[in-house]
Amino acid sequence: MGSKLSIALLALAAFTTAAQAQDKTSDIIARGEYLARAGDCTACHTAPDGRLFAGGRAMPTPFGTLYTSNITPDPETGIGKWSADDFYKTMHSGRFPDGGLIYPAMPFASYTKVTRADSDAIFAYLRSIPPVNQRNRPHELRFPYDNRQLILGWRTLFFSEGEFKPDPKQSAEWNRGAYLVEGLGHCGMCHSPINALGGTSQSDAFKGGLIPMQNWYAPSLTSSREAGLGDWSIKDITDLLQTGVSARGVVYGPMAEVVHNSLQYLSDEDIRAMAVYLKGISEPSPPPPASSALPTTESSLLISLGKTVYDKHCASCHGLQGEGKPPHWPPLANNQSIEMQSAVNPIRMVLNGGYPPGTQGNPMPYGMPPFAGLLSDNEVAAVVSYIRTAWGNRGTPVSAREANELRSAPLN
Amino acid sequence: MFARYTALAIVIAALAAFDSAAAQTANQPPDTMAARVEACTPCHGNKGEGTSDVYFPRLGGKPAGYLYNQLLAFRSGRRKYPPMNYLLEFLPDPYLEAMAEYFANEHPPLPPPAPSEVSKEVLAQGELLATRGDAGRNIPACVSCHGPGLTGMQPGIPGLLGLRANYISAQLGAWRYGTRTAKSPDCMQVVAGHLTEADVTAVAAWLATRAAPANPAPVPKGTYALPFGCGSQPN
Ligand code: HEC
Ligand code: HEC
Ligand code: HEC
Ligand code: HEC
Ligand code: HEC
Repeated sequence: MGSKLSIALLALAAFTTAAQAQDKTSDIIARGEYLARAGDCTACHTAPDGRLFAGGRAMPTPFGTLYTSNITPDPETGIGKWSADDFYKTMHSGRFPDGGLIYPAMPFASYTKVTRADSDAIFAYLRSIPPVNQRNRPHELRFPYDNRQLILGWRTLFFSEGEFKPDPKQSAEWNRGAYLVEGLGHCGMCHSPINALGGTSQSDAFKGGLIPMQNWYAPSLTSSREAGLGDWSIKDITDLLQTGVSARGVVYGPMAEVVHNSLQYLSDEDIRAMAVYLKGISEPSPPPPASSALPTTESSLLISLGKTVYDKHCASCHGLQGEGKPPHWPPLANNQSIEMQSAVNPIRMVLNGGYPPGTQGNPMPYGMPPFAGLLSDNEVAAVVSYIRTAWGNRGTPVSAREANELRSAPLN
Repeated sequence: MFARYTALAIVIAALAAFDSAAAQTANQPPDTMAARVEACTPCHGNKGEGTSDVYFPRLGGKPAGYLYNQLLAFRSGRRKYPPMNYLLEFLPDPYLEAMAEYFANEHPPLPPPAPSEVSKEVLAQGELLATRGDAGRNIPACVSCHGPGLTGMQPGIPGLLGLRANYISAQLGAWRYGTRTAKSPDCMQVVAGHLTEADVTAVAAWLATRAAPANPAPVPKGTYALPFGCGSQPN
């Protein structure tokens, strides 16, 4: 009797551990999928209308065009023969399994902060998706950038390998946020100034910069004159990151893609942690920007034309006093994202219009029409100058030439 | 006493809730599709009737399935027009479907036919292609798919009336050069591939001179059989 019972118990135990093991694998895969979302791997590794993670997406750079890799588990053309160690080496050290150097367009300079356990989970997930047999398209880089040895120089200057180290002086929530923003989120890849070598230095992290080739300005996440979020409420930050719209402003351009592919899928806790961290790194404002290059008489003429254009074409949505109808029609008064020194974003908004991304929290966003065909360069410059300076906004006027130059900015 | 306070508190809370709800709606854009597609109407007209720009198509009353297919194609870049590719890039399928439904259910009148700038002979050649095709050159009649009244068929085949000649020839050109593609099998690419430059001019001109039919609505699905398969029009 006694031995029977113990055999039965043993069998039960064996059964439960098997079930647990299976549970654990599917848990790991689910966690890996979540982390792959947080890393926005799909933004680069899935081509429009292409198969999931089969690569082949063109990435234009100032040095030529890169084509992203197939990271499905296909043994011949994907990463089907890789081990978890190989994968970690790519994420952590920016090297192929044979030691070859990877171009930093793959954000390993951020992913190096990812823990080994998280890297393994992403790898487990990637092994679980359907393999796609699709050969990688060779990059089309100009001489001398087609020589991978050049990456060594870049690495010496801009790459510091190493997992994220929590700051013991900060809360667990702040540290979780920092891990996500600096690591998988690779926010610094856009939000830091990019120098001529295509690198961002540690000391300039999150200081904002113009994204090469795309002609969008990714504002500083530290300066409260740009997108520093020091005086935003946590709720407004989490709304912005998770739904794409908030009472303070909306996302657009490349940031709409980040929210659409990645941030909307993160848990409330993780989004909150990011918000706490972002609010925390905001620094006091530097002095106001140098005054406009335009002569005063010219700018006052421009601004009075701007008011006429605004009242006719914009006030129906953004309000006569720039108050908007937030969150769907964003306020323009006291909106940092139009007052920044760089006027690239508001000019492009007026030329191209836009919709915030459709997200789980905001599935049917309201949109803004493009004005490129309706307004002349002078009128675009005028209305942008007006919204940057009216209602207490502290931006500077812009010239018709700046408006004209952005007409040819790429729309994808 | 205590009960009275709670009752009062509840009334006040209810009032406050009412107040903020009212304030909310007053400060929100109307919760309608019309307000949501204001980004589209400067180019397509308030009811999808089109604008004076000859390359900007009308949308009103076209089959919803057809419009939805176009929005999917613009979003993925299969059909190219950068300002629209950009606007739609991050909008989810159900929303694009709702936009398509919205314009399909608007019925602005068709514009009056345009006076033609081409000769009678050219118009006659256009009419022949549209109504009979040219079997010798493998060109099926346009009416064999777009319908005897050229009003299209639910859910995926658009009517060809109320469009301007420039727009029609630009679209046929786009199929020939591959900047517009439809779901496979892309029957329009086959048709356009058989047309010469002169055919395009003729058929576009003739279509643009047609008066609006009494009932411009697309005919129901399955009213007639297509000469060959089209991915946009599932059986
Ligand atoms: C900003 C664009 C971008 C993002 C985001 C991105 N990658 Fe990449 N990735 C690239 C490019 C470009 C390459 C090719 C680099 C090269 O050839 O040197 C690449 C290469 C790789 C490779 C090497 C595969 C091979 O055989 O060439 C792996 C593995 C990889 N990425 C995994 C990931 C994972 C996992 C994520 C998300 C956590 C991710 N990538 C996110 C751009 C990106
Ligand atoms: C592909 C480039 C790119 C990446 C990656 C990126 N951003 Fe942005 N971000 C932008 C651009 C461009 C803007 C300016 C447009 C806008 O305000 O939406 C922006 C704007 C913002 C704003 C200001 C929005 C406002 O209304 O003031 C915040 C906050 C922000 N990003 C946070 C982040 C965080 C957090 C991450 C990482 C999870 C991130 N970004 C990753 C490009 C990027
Ligand atoms: C039909 C309503 C509508 C009209 C008219 C309109 N806008 Fe907008 N505007 C919006 C919406 C919706 C957004 C958010 C778009 C997005 O996220 O892509 C927006 C965004 C903006 C932004 C970016 C705000 C931010 O938070 O960074 C600026 C700047 C702007 N509009 C300026 C203008 C100007 C100037 C005009 C007139 C020339 C105008 N808008 C007309 C609805 C409108
Ligand atoms: C800047 C002007 C512009 C704006 C704004 C615009 N469109 Fe268009 N739209 C066009 C043009 C031009 C075409 C034809 C493109 C081509 O040549 O293929 C088109 C084509 C279309 C078509 C295909 C029509 C057909 O018969 O094949 C649909 C559907 C459509 N647009 C819907 C929309 C919706 C919905 C919006 C708003 C989200 C929108 N458009 C915004 C200019 C615009
Ligand atoms: C075999 C069936 C078939 C035949 C024959 C055919 N069409 Fe089409 N046509 C279609 C389908 C299906 C579509 C919608 C394609 C899509 O989903 O984009 C279409 C779309 C079009 C459009 C685009 C309308 C718009 O609003 O943008 C034009 C123009 C057109 N056809 C012209 C013609 C002409 C001219 C002929 C005769 C020479 C012709 N078609 C013959 C099936 C056909």
